[in-house]
Amino acid sequence: MIRERLQEIANERPVVAPAQRDAEPMSAPAAAETVAEARHLSVWYGDFQALRDVSLSVLGRRITAIIGPSGCGKSTLIRCFNRMNDLIPGFRTDGEVQFEGRNIYARGVDPVEVRRRIGMVFQKPNPFPKSISENVAFGARVNGYVGRLDEIVERALRQAALWDEVKDKLHKNALTLSGGQQQRLCIARALAIEPEVILMDEPCSALDPVATLKIEDLMRDLIRSYAIVIVTHNMQQAARVADYSAVMMMAPDRAGEMIECGLTREVFTNPTDKRTEDYITGRFG
Amino acid sequence: MTRTAFERQLAEIQEDMLVQASMVERAIGRSIQALKNRDADLARQIIADDVKINHKRYETEEKCVKLIATQQPLASDLRTIVAVLHIIVDLERMGDYAEGTAKIALTLADQPPVKPYIDIPRMAQVAIRMLTGSLEAFKNRNACLARDICNQDDEVDALYDQVYRELLTFMLNDPKTIERSTHLIWVAHNLERIADRVTNLCERVVYLVEGKVEELNVSRY
Repeated sequence: MIRERLQEIANERPVVAPAQRDAEPMSAPAAAETVAEARHLSVWYGDFQALRDVSLSVLGRRITAIIGPSGCGKSTLIRCFNRMNDLIPGFRTDGEVQFEGRNIYARGVDPVEVRRRIGMVFQKPNPFPKSISENVAFGARVNGYVGRLDEIVERALRQAALWDEVKDKLHKNALTLSGGQQQRLCIARALAIEPEVILMDEPCSALDPVATLKIEDLMRDLIRSYAIVIVTHNMQQAARVADYSAVMMMAPDRAGEMIECGLTREVFTNPTDKRTEDYITGRFG
Repeated sequence: MTRTAFERQLAEIQEDMLVQASMVERAIGRSIQALKNRDADLARQIIADDVKINHKRYETEEKCVKLIATQQPLASDLRTIVAVLHIIVDLERMGDYAEGTAKIALTLADQPPVKPYIDIPRMAQVAIRMLTGSLEAFKNRNACLARDICNQDDEVDALYDQVYRELLTFMLNDPKTIERSTHLIWVAHNLERIADRVTNLCERVVYLVEGKVEELNVSRY
């Protein structure tokens, strides 16, 4: 019997199925709609060109990070999305910033209405010297909202993951809160007027690591309802939170240019542009 | 701007990996030598030296983890560290296969050989050539060379087939050779696995250079 079995084995070719790949190929997240878009945007401050021919799509329910060395035009670009640069002397643009099917820089577009739809959170928390509740209700009040403001306040504070920490002291001055809480309050203030897009210009640069992580967690929660654009100097932060990353660089004439934009995991693990590689690996900039 | 300290540490983990690879390469060659020459002392030495290979792996792994934790590597730096982390594990396993062969050499040292060893040393030769080539591909960031080396795995598989069948024939003809032949099949199997691990190493070279994980050669075994 054993001899026969051995002979059988000797005659047959071993057949082993090829191992199946465990890992799925890297794929893009499910399709998202473009809610705002810079198209061939150039910006000047007087004679100085700050941005040259920049195009960037902001996708709904996604976080888009803008990274790059100091002075490359990141803040100029993000501020173009809600016309925050309008009051800077000598500011002018070429190209377009599209939002809901129209160029927000077109004649007749009300910048205040644009800012209501595209909110902004700044580098340093900037609450008004008013109560927590009044800070959040401020936007709704100046926009002429006549309903129950306390409902708006609670909803926005809950969305900003601050409600549990402040619900018993809504009438206290906002300046008594910690830096991280103040920044979340500013996010709540931006959310209270129900924008479509939230722009964040280095929102964590003045915060400690714990407060930073809370804001990052909050951002991931918020993209269930909003599109977020964040400017950050912290590349680890971009890598942690952003779905898409756009890399900007300064050209020899100091105008900011977009050199690469794509899925964050691609940009951070296998960038296509050598300048991106040099920048994110800390060998440049 | 450069990151001198980081670049030095990055070079160091690659150097460590190459040192481990040369230890493994030597262990494979010497294990076959011990088998052929029925050299029990050499076999014992290989078994003892395997601890050093394992130690080197953990030492490099610790350095890699420290680099990730303290330097936040990205792009090709990150890919280098990830590739090294994978390769040192494959190298350690190759060392274990060489150790396994040495243990068999020790068992067979006081017994007459079933047959003159021809194909097993050839398998070892090809496996070592593949290992050396894959390290060359790593050093030169050469994905083409890595792909070429993977194709050589078929040669090892074919030799393994041949050894397996030949030894079965011996066992059929003379059941007294079953124990020794089975041991030799294990040796051939160890060499086949080593070559297969080299293809993993080549896949990591392709990942390092091109940033994509690609299965290059599916072994028949």
